[in-house]
Amino acid sequence: MEYGLILEWIIKAVLMLLILLIGFAYTTYLERKVLARMQVRYGPNRAGPKGLLQPVADGVKLIFKEELIPAKADKLLFILAPVITVLPALTILAVVPFGGTVNLFGREITLSIAGDLNVGILYLTAVTSITVYGMVLAGWASNNKYAMMGGIRATAQVISYELALGLAFIGPILLASSMSVNEIVNAQGRMGWFFIYQPIGFIIFLIATLAEINRVPFDMPEAEQELVAGYHTEYSGMKFALFMMTEYIKMIVVAVLAATFFLGGYLGPFVDQVPWLGPVYLFIKVFILVFGIIWVRATWPRFRYDRLMAFGWKIMLPLAVLNVLLTGAFIILFPGVIR
Amino acid sequence: MLLEYLPIAVLLILALLLAGIVIALGHMFGPRHPTERKSMPYESGMRPIGPGTRRMPVHFYLVAVLFILFDIEVMFFLPWAVIYKKLGVFGLVEMLIFIAILGVGYVYVWKMGALEWE
Repeated sequence: MEYGLILEWIIKAVLMLLILLIGFAYTTYLERKVLARMQVRYGPNRAGPKGLLQPVADGVKLIFKEELIPAKADKLLFILAPVITVLPALTILAVVPFGGTVNLFGREITLSIAGDLNVGILYLTAVTSITVYGMVLAGWASNNKYAMMGGIRATAQVISYELALGLAFIGPILLASSMSVNEIVNAQGRMGWFFIYQPIGFIIFLIATLAEINRVPFDMPEAEQELVAGYHTEYSGMKFALFMMTEYIKMIVVAVLAATFFLGGYLGPFVDQVPWLGPVYLFIKVFILVFGIIWVRATWPRFRYDRLMAFGWKIMLPLAVLNVLLTGAFIILFPGVIR
Repeated sequence: MLLEYLPIAVLLILALLLAGIVIALGHMFGPRHPTERKSMPYESGMRPIGPGTRRMPVHFYLVAVLFILFDIEVMFFLPWAVIYKKLGVFGLVEMLIFIAILGVGYVYVWKMGALEWE
């Protein structure tokens, strides 16, 4: 085993965590600012120039807050639940390539942590579902009936939309004939971005991921008007911050995944000549998608819970199966297009 | 082969460390003055009524069971999708039969009202 390799892994992992943390901080800022502008307000503008230091101020404030643990709560699970929730969000992106291969300090470095993993998509689907455990444990350990209801609702919703999400992954796999995320991006370089071939799949992916990360209009588990704050009602201070971190990091994560599977990932003009452009292109695509998620929040009201579940099971699931069949038929009918 | 997963393990350990630090920060710097009132379960300021963990509607359980069934079916799509171009028309017909069988179960579940929320 080479020490340089281990050092490279550690540096990449630290960089990934730093990027996600900074991304989390400034997604909260972006969301508050964009929502404010859409409602003709200013948004945060006191801490630092244009309010740019607001996320730092929020973080410092949360560190010095009192943390309450309800009297009859399960203490161990209560502390463990936010950790279980945040871990998958931090590790999902390990298999996603952020760019091609760059030459740095005389080493060939691929801009991903484990991009060539041949079961990349299996890893993605497996890791995303772990977050559910954190939610339901948080709800149960709080010993609060609203938290519990929020946790159970979150579980039912996330697993219902996971079916459609899992089927939406099938389209890109069919077109690229591989479960490796790297290979899927390369295939998009050969035959064009997959959202051209997968318009239904792309829309299903966007809707299902919105439900998966509990964002508006699918934020039923945290419906403020009826469930206080859902599964993290009893959480305060830094544990609350961990839940918020999960929510916003997952926003970034699903944007990265949508960009990677349907919008060509890090690909763009001249990316072959200048590999450093890769992360820039990916950042632009992710920024647009995250902005879209925030826009949706500013625009749409919340779904009613029964309609939400009916929509997931009666429309999304059959549509996703149909999309798989259509893609299969397309590949057989037009073998020349798929390379 | 397993070497490919080592970078993920490194990332996982560092992420765990980060989560631990975040929790520890809150414990170190946050004040702690628990009172009986404060450590009650939050119920919009009222005295909590009944136990915190209570019975849930059986429907949620039903959804979980259905999820397991259909999710396993989705897993069957994955290997099929990887070798689909080699299988060609045969693969499509096979999958049509598979989906037809799956569809019978789906229609049954729908007709029995398992997807309704009343």
